[in-house]
Amino acid sequence: MSDRRWPAVALENVSKSYGAGEVAVHALRGIDLLVESGDYVGIMGASGSGKSTLMNLIGCLDVPTTGRCLLDGLEVSDLSDVELSYLRNHKIGFVFQSFNLIPRTSALRNVELPLIYARVGRVERRERALAALASVGLADRSSHGPQQLSGGQQQRVAIARAIVTDPALILADEPTGNIDSAAQREILQIFDDLNASGRTIVMITHEQDVAAHALRVIHLADGRIVSDERRGPVPPPPPLPLQDAPSLALGTLRLGEATS
Amino acid sequence: MNALESLRMAFQGVMSNRLRSLLTMLGITIGVAAVIILVSVGHGSAVAVQQRIEDLGTNILSVTPGGFGGFGGGRAQRGTQSQVTELTMKDVKALQSTASAPDIKSVTPVVNGTSVTITYNGTSYSPSQFLGTTPSYEEARKSPVEAGSFFSDADEAGHVSDVVLGETVVANLFSGQNPIGSSVKINGHAFLVVGVLKPKGTNGFQDQDDIAIAPLTTTQDLLTGVTGGLSQIIVEARSSKAVNDAEAEVDSILTPTHTSNGTTTFRVLNQASLLQTTSATTHTFTVLLAAVAAISLLVGGIGVMNIMLVTVTERTREIGIRKAIGARRVDVLGQFLVEATMLSICGGLLGVAVGLVGSRFKIVGVQPVVEAYSVFLAFGVGVAVGLFFGIYPANRAAALRPIEALRYE
Repeated sequence: MSDRRWPAVALENVSKSYGAGEVAVHALRGIDLLVESGDYVGIMGASGSGKSTLMNLIGCLDVPTTGRCLLDGLEVSDLSDVELSYLRNHKIGFVFQSFNLIPRTSALRNVELPLIYARVGRVERRERALAALASVGLADRSSHGPQQLSGGQQQRVAIARAIVTDPALILADEPTGNIDSAAQREILQIFDDLNASGRTIVMITHEQDVAAHALRVIHLADGRIVSDERRGPVPPPPPLPLQDAPSLALGTLRLGEATS
Repeated sequence: MNALESLRMAFQGVMSNRLRSLLTMLGITIGVAAVIILVSVGHGSAVAVQQRIEDLGTNILSVTPGGFGGFGGGRAQRGTQSQVTELTMKDVKALQSTASAPDIKSVTPVVNGTSVTITYNGTSYSPSQFLGTTPSYEEARKSPVEAGSFFSDADEAGHVSDVVLGETVVANLFSGQNPIGSSVKINGHAFLVVGVLKPKGTNGFQDQDDIAIAPLTTTQDLLTGVTGGLSQIIVEARSSKAVNDAEAEVDSILTPTHTSNGTTTFRVLNQASLLQTTSATTHTFTVLLAAVAAISLLVGGIGVMNIMLVTVTERTREIGIRKAIGARRVDVLGQFLVEATMLSICGGLLGVAVGLVGSRFKIVGVQPVVEAYSVFLAFGVGVAVGLFFGIYPANRAAALRPIEALRYE
């Protein structure tokens, strides 16, 4: 039923350094990492430990200096610019610490953006964007611009944008770093729901109570993995069809089509 | 991403910083408007000069001694055969015969007095033109008097020392006094000022009011000598349509008596050919103005490039976000190119509007005449320049690696 032959993410002896020679900064030094489909991985570490670099490599925003980086079994360095764009658009959803919404652009428009780049037609695009906004509880804020929304609301718009193209992998770089604790609970609940509906989540954080939501917690220090702790089993793929998750029905339906 | 989405995205980009967009457009606007206005001024002055030449009369032929060798070409043949190269009063009489020249209305002989100095009350002045002629000059050359009167046929026949002055001459000699009835000395001979010509202004080459006109007989007696030939015979055709017939008649009358070694020794200048010469000159002038305007258009284009570069730098982070959520290189390229195009087109249209409005006003005494080609050319080049200079920043934006763009603060 579920194709688990390929891990969602596979890193083999990945290193990343900036600069060259004496002044080179080694952000990652030989990382080996397998992330199973459907897992919820928390990555922790002090600042400068290489967490963000790792995230950027997984998200195809950057290329490793040495080593191999595979997404869904595909070697990233083999892909062309257009293929990488396709991957970022369809397979990966990004959630950033600083939200990174397009300024002076409505929430709905921000969420529509990945669908525009995916060449989705106007009517379907609107429907799917509204559904994604509804799934993060912001259906009534669709016409608001980022500057009219609170930090928590902005982050929820960003999550809606990340999931609107229905990616199997969600990458979140300290998604709760800039928002208050009440909003933080809502955000984490959304991630839990996303994971429950079958999505793989990799989340960077430096807060223990955030990491507590993850099923597997990895600690990084000086560009190396220093601990890798499994806290819960990888959930089985959700039963098909998913009628009990109406808020994510659109996304899971499509995920179901893909895995059936 | 379809065209509509690109347009919408670009529109948002343009509207998100209105002042900057406006300033960018201003560069193109000024360039396009400058091209349109300057070409219009050039064309307008060409039209004005042609109008003035036409005012002289399109029914006028000017017969001068000399072959077809250009101005003064006849001089080489003078000396040994002066009796055939010069135009004389005999030729004037021949041309006046209505039997052989039915299309000729009037014939006016003219002699040019050289190095003529007019003195009045101790003030001396040398007009650039001193003409001895007959009263028919007034009508043939459309030089009516403003005050006083032109000298009469009787004055001309009676060798009377009358003179008609142009305004520039009056201004230089009389300093505000009424010159009519005053006696001036011309190269030592006393002349009575009987009239002042109506001002004509410049014809683009010389001041037409810097002139003094006296009866032909008197001028020959006192200044040029009776033996010298005429400088010019002005032939007025019955109408501008008859001017070519009149030219043929002049040819047929003068050729038998004015041929040397198989070539004619006189030259007939048609106003039409003068028009051609001047339009060539004014065309050069227009091209020069257009070149100056083209430079301002280029500067406008560089302005677009500058602003687009700033925009790209300022929006580097936004570009990073767009790439992170799946924008391809062509998407980003398209967005910025459409923005540049939009700015150029709006700026161009605004420039056309400003140019057309600006061309309605008189500029340094010239009424601009808009030429359709300049409008299309300026608009087209303006948009092309904006687009061309938009490509580099757009390409730079598109080529950014997403992580570099995202890290940009």
